[in-house]
Amino acid sequence: MLVRILAGACAVTLALVGCAGRVGGEGGERVIVFAAASLTDVFGDIQVAFQAAHPDVDVELNLAGSGALREQILEGAPADVFASANRATMDEVMLAGETAGPAAVFARNELAIAVPAGNPAGVTGLAALGRPELLIGLCAAGVPCGDLARTVLAEAGVTAVADTDEPDVRALLTKIEAGELDAALVYTTDVIAAGEAVDGVALAAGANVTADYLIAPLAGAANPVGAARFIAYVRSAEGRRILTDNGFLLP
Amino acid sequence: MSHLPKRRRIERRPPLVLVVLAALGAVFFVAPLAGLIARTPWRRVPELLANDVATDALGLSIATSIAATAVSAVLGVPLAWLLARIDFPGKALLRAVVTLPLFLPPVVGGAALLFALGRRGLIGEALYEGPGLLLPFSVWGVVVANTFVAMPLLVLAVEAGLRNLDPRFEGAAATLGARRLTVLRRVTLPLVAPSLGAGLALAWARAFGEFGATVAFAGNLQGRTQTLPLAVFMALETDRDTAVVLSMLMVAVSLAVLVVMRGRWWRWR
Repeated sequence: MLVRILAGACAVTLALVGCAGRVGGEGGERVIVFAAASLTDVFGDIQVAFQAAHPDVDVELNLAGSGALREQILEGAPADVFASANRATMDEVMLAGETAGPAAVFARNELAIAVPAGNPAGVTGLAALGRPELLIGLCAAGVPCGDLARTVLAEAGVTAVADTDEPDVRALLTKIEAGELDAALVYTTDVIAAGEAVDGVALAAGANVTADYLIAPLAGAANPVGAARFIAYVRSAEGRRILTDNGFLLP
Repeated sequence: MSHLPKRRRIERRPPLVLVVLAALGAVFFVAPLAGLIARTPWRRVPELLANDVATDALGLSIATSIAATAVSAVLGVPLAWLLARIDFPGKALLRAVVTLPLFLPPVVGGAALLFALGRRGLIGEALYEGPGLLLPFSVWGVVVANTFVAMPLLVLAVEAGLRNLDPRFEGAAATLGARRLTVLRRVTLPLVAPSLGAGLALAWARAFGEFGATVAFAGNLQGRTQTLPLAVFMALETDRDTAVVLSMLMVAVSLAVLVVMRGRWWRWR
């Protein structure tokens, strides 16, 4: 009796696992894309447009901080394409022999100061990030938006008094949206993506630094053809239109 | 006398299927630990642990997890008593709400805390405008987030203990003239001590390992809100050796406490 129950449980488990394995397919192919958190919205749009153009292909997005994605790729996570928010992270993946082709710059981004709607703390520029009475957030050092923010602050001669170093830019933006932080340095595209809950304060001319976004096919890809098609789509006229619609600059 | 053990041994031989499945189950937990141990750069351990990120995070984790356990006990024991002993409308719903943090993704719990206790939150706004108390991005925020995820374990353990208690002991004490709080202090609590001990151990371990609710509610700042789990997560971005060593530190502290507490309190038989 017990054996029969256990055998039944195993059969059910195998059936479920089997089903889960096939969910992506439905007879078609699947492309798994690991993309930096700041690409969340634009890659969502590209995913929809790509699948409309290629109904037989199913794109799966795994969105996280570039460093966390690098770790997953180096540990052998199944992925076909990697899109990073800076060159250093892509270089590390490339040096580890995990890329299957050259990495291409497909988009650029800049920083802006995000403040809650209406700018209650009256933030006008980078200097506000040094005001101790305000609640200030940055991305953590080591995360692309955090490294970029520190470069911009250092060049402006501002010592930021951060109340939190968030693990990725979306976590930071959430706290601005909730009104729990007074100001944070995020990408200009994040301010656009956040909509009405967040206002942006542009940096003074010459104070900004540009971030490169790179995309590359991965050596461990289960679907190298699909990876190439997805990358070609991101770099096509249609892909570039979606990128600029979301506020990205083109290389 | 000499025949008895033989018969027992035959009865006790476990079914092979169970042993194989149990062994598989054990491997499931031992393998990740072995992976961590295999990755640990043992020679660099002293140097990486002496780093101020590690010492700040360890100190903060120990302090906040103990504080969260204490808060859980002070509020959780009365809550467990209420759920075990008093009948009132909506009790089933209240119990479900109290245990919800066990099943919610911790990040959701942290976001919910932010919307309730942040300076623009339902309760937090009054705390901020009135006494100027700001929980997010402070060490108190860490304690709140830890308590939120840890207290349900303590409530469940103590409530189960109270339900299994023979009410005649308390009845006898009351008959002998003890006042209600005296009964609670001298009879009820000592009788549920094993459950309370188990609840404290579980709540502490949960608080010590808390990540999602903390980062969503209290943020991440070294020396103020960056606990060990947050330090591990951030180190994964930049320095894997540090991340592995901090992970080993967490495993060692948690295992030591759970083994000791279990030996002391948590013998089921």
